[in-house]
Amino acid sequence: MSPARRAVVLVALGLGVLAVAAFPWVAGNYPVKLLQEILIWGIFAMSLDLLMGYAGMVSFGHSAFFGIGGYVAALALKQSAGVVSALVLPALASGLAALVIGFFSIRVGGVYFIMLTLAFSQMFHAYTFQVAWLGAEDGLVGIPRPTVAGVSLATTRSFHLYLLVLAGLAALALWRIVRSPFGHVLRGIRENEARMEAVGYAVGRYKLLAFTVAGTLAGLAGALYAQFNGSITPDAFFWTTSGEALLMVIIGGVGTLGGAVLGAAAFILLQSLVSTYTERWMLILGLTFVGFVLFAPGGIVGALRGRLGLRA
Amino acid sequence: MEDSARSLMARLEVDSVHTYYGESHVLHGVSLRVDAGEAVALLGRNGAGKTTAIRTIVGFTPPRDGRVVLDGRPIQGWPSHRIARAGVALVPQGRRIFAPLSVRENLLLGARPGAPAAAPVAAWTLERVLALFPRLRERSQQSGGTLSGGEQQMLAIGRALLTNGRLLVLDEPSEGLAPIVVREIGEIVARLKGERLSILIVEQNYHLALRVADRVYVMNKGQIVWTGTPAELEGREDVKRRYLGVA
Amino acid sequence: MSAAPGAPLLSIDKLARSFGALSAVAGVSLAVGRAERRAVIGPNGAGKTTLFNLITGQLAPSGGRVVFDGVPVTGLAPHAVARRGISRSFQRNNLFPGLTVLESLRLAAAADGRGSYRLFGDVARLRAPLDRARETAAAVGLADRIDAPAGALSYGEQRQLEVGIALATRPKLLLLDEPTAGMSPEETDRMTRLLVGLPREVTLLIIEHDMDVVASLADRVTVLHYGEVLLEGSFAEVKADPRVYEVYLGSA
Repeated sequence: MSPARRAVVLVALGLGVLAVAAFPWVAGNYPVKLLQEILIWGIFAMSLDLLMGYAGMVSFGHSAFFGIGGYVAALALKQSAGVVSALVLPALASGLAALVIGFFSIRVGGVYFIMLTLAFSQMFHAYTFQVAWLGAEDGLVGIPRPTVAGVSLATTRSFHLYLLVLAGLAALALWRIVRSPFGHVLRGIRENEARMEAVGYAVGRYKLLAFTVAGTLAGLAGALYAQFNGSITPDAFFWTTSGEALLMVIIGGVGTLGGAVLGAAAFILLQSLVSTYTERWMLILGLTFVGFVLFAPGGIVGALRGRLGLRA
Repeated sequence: MEDSARSLMARLEVDSVHTYYGESHVLHGVSLRVDAGEAVALLGRNGAGKTTAIRTIVGFTPPRDGRVVLDGRPIQGWPSHRIARAGVALVPQGRRIFAPLSVRENLLLGARPGAPAAAPVAAWTLERVLALFPRLRERSQQSGGTLSGGEQQMLAIGRALLTNGRLLVLDEPSEGLAPIVVREIGEIVARLKGERLSILIVEQNYHLALRVADRVYVMNKGQIVWTGTPAELEGREDVKRRYLGVA
Repeated sequence: MSAAPGAPLLSIDKLARSFGALSAVAGVSLAVGRAERRAVIGPNGAGKTTLFNLITGQLAPSGGRVVFDGVPVTGLAPHAVARRGISRSFQRNNLFPGLTVLESLRLAAAADGRGSYRLFGDVARLRAPLDRARETAAAVGLADRIDAPAGALSYGEQRQLEVGIALATRPKLLLLDEPTAGMSPEETDRMTRLLVGLPREVTLLIIEHDMDVVASLADRVTVLHYGEVLLEGSFAEVKADPRVYEVYLGSA
């Protein structure tokens, strides 16, 4: 990228971040809530894109870590509403879960991997749906906003900036990871796993690391979701949560990271916009998805790149 | 065989064909022909271009230059299914039978009735194929994947026969088979001569090919380097050594 | 630990592999010396590629041993075998379709380093794999195509990349499975010159059907037939042997 173009991109990015940060000061409650949801789901979708778009691992059980992050945050925040409860414990819990689930799931590939990851997430759903101590079907409510560095995040504006910072850090971390030596290995695995093995890479270990990183970030997203809503239900574990993230990644553009956030935005905005006109917003979304797959398989980012004539 | 019968059998002409894999020029002006009712063998070591020649003829890898003419009609550039319907029956390299399907299903999958001009007795039916291959009759309900290599080869031949094509193309039918089985396959192919078929057989196994063929082409590095009768080839140690043996 | 200087680099003892009733490799024993260039030839179905798969760990043997540089490697997983210094190219192109020549070679060159687990850090900072990738690209004649995606290369260039990826790991032993498969005569010539020009630090074991390539390249030739070693010798000896001739013609 030429220095001029890089400058333009950075300025545009900076302005975008500023706009997002300033939102609560200029817009009403509902739009702000939408934006915050986009940020949270953006983190979730980006973590899935790391798996799918870079390591080539299609998981249909990513909601497992979203849910674990949410429930651990809920339980911890009710005890002590600080950073450890809000972020550290959920991340550790989901990371650990990813390590264990990954250890078993990565032994298989393709359809079997999809089914195994799905099965694990559904197990969590079944459990949380039934047990009283986790609120059964109703889940946990009354989750307090944390206090971080002395600042209470109970207000919309402070919570908004907190979300923005975390989303930004997550995006930055993933961006760096994807460009790192590790990220390049993942890409090689996606392109030809067998050849990577033949050349000397212990592919299983790399996949497990990717799965764990992705799971940890998904848990972070889940924790933020619990803080955002003030509640968490077993729905967080349900396969539709994984499915929605998959849709977001595909609509935005697999293997682009930024696409995941765009896909999250498209999905959430579409949902909100269309549902004011009709109950059948899911149908519209489905058709949109089919349209993308048929006519713009590169997703939003792919289509944009085509339009702007950038190298794919 | 009377002339009227012979006129019903396929004639194949391959004329100065150049085939590429991407930019890689693999066949260099290959010309050969199979006259009506003839059995022709295409010999050569691996990498000589024999399979590429077959792929060119049946339409998997169309030539960039040159013509493939079947019964006077140019078929180069046609999609393979159209070439198959025109009467080319392929027994592919490696058998490629449908493993989950039963023997019977494999045979019937591509079956077509014989051309109306041919007398009914000449057409290939399931019954006739099973009579030719009693082992297949025994196993007609078994799934294709459970057959031995030799049985799969018979199945692949039977499947091709049932399409009632007039040019039978066999691509390395002996590959991967034990010597005894190779002999059996050779006998079957020899028996198919005299049916209303023209035969083009690609082989690494010189002895099998010569048992069957009326004429022989030898290929090396994408070119035809020798042609003649089996008897003539027998006498040419230099050709055999250089192109079929180890240099 | 490595084998004594005079000892063979690769030592295979009664290696065997069956698939049900079919003995693909039926007790093959052979030894390849350091800096040797050995060709393995034989008609179709002789078990040559299966032999390679057994050595490099893509297949587990049903019997026998493989000893490399003094260390047993029988039945190790492919990545472990590669780490020990054995690299292979494949009969059919086994490339990274979306990656460029440079990226593909860099990945192969980086396979032995620990740096690959680094989650943060710039790939371009790891100079050694990058340099080795460029060297390898030059060695296989792809220096001017270094930024081309693998999918955009010609078939011959792809075969060159196929060999390059194996070579970039700087192996002690390089197994090449029909490197000239599907190549035009000009491309075959280029590949032969490339292989002849490889440094002798890389021992070669090559499966080939093109006898001109074997003649130009091989110090010794092993002939396989129905999963067994029929004969071993110089190319001239093998060429002249009537049994080999018979085997190639199909021994009736």
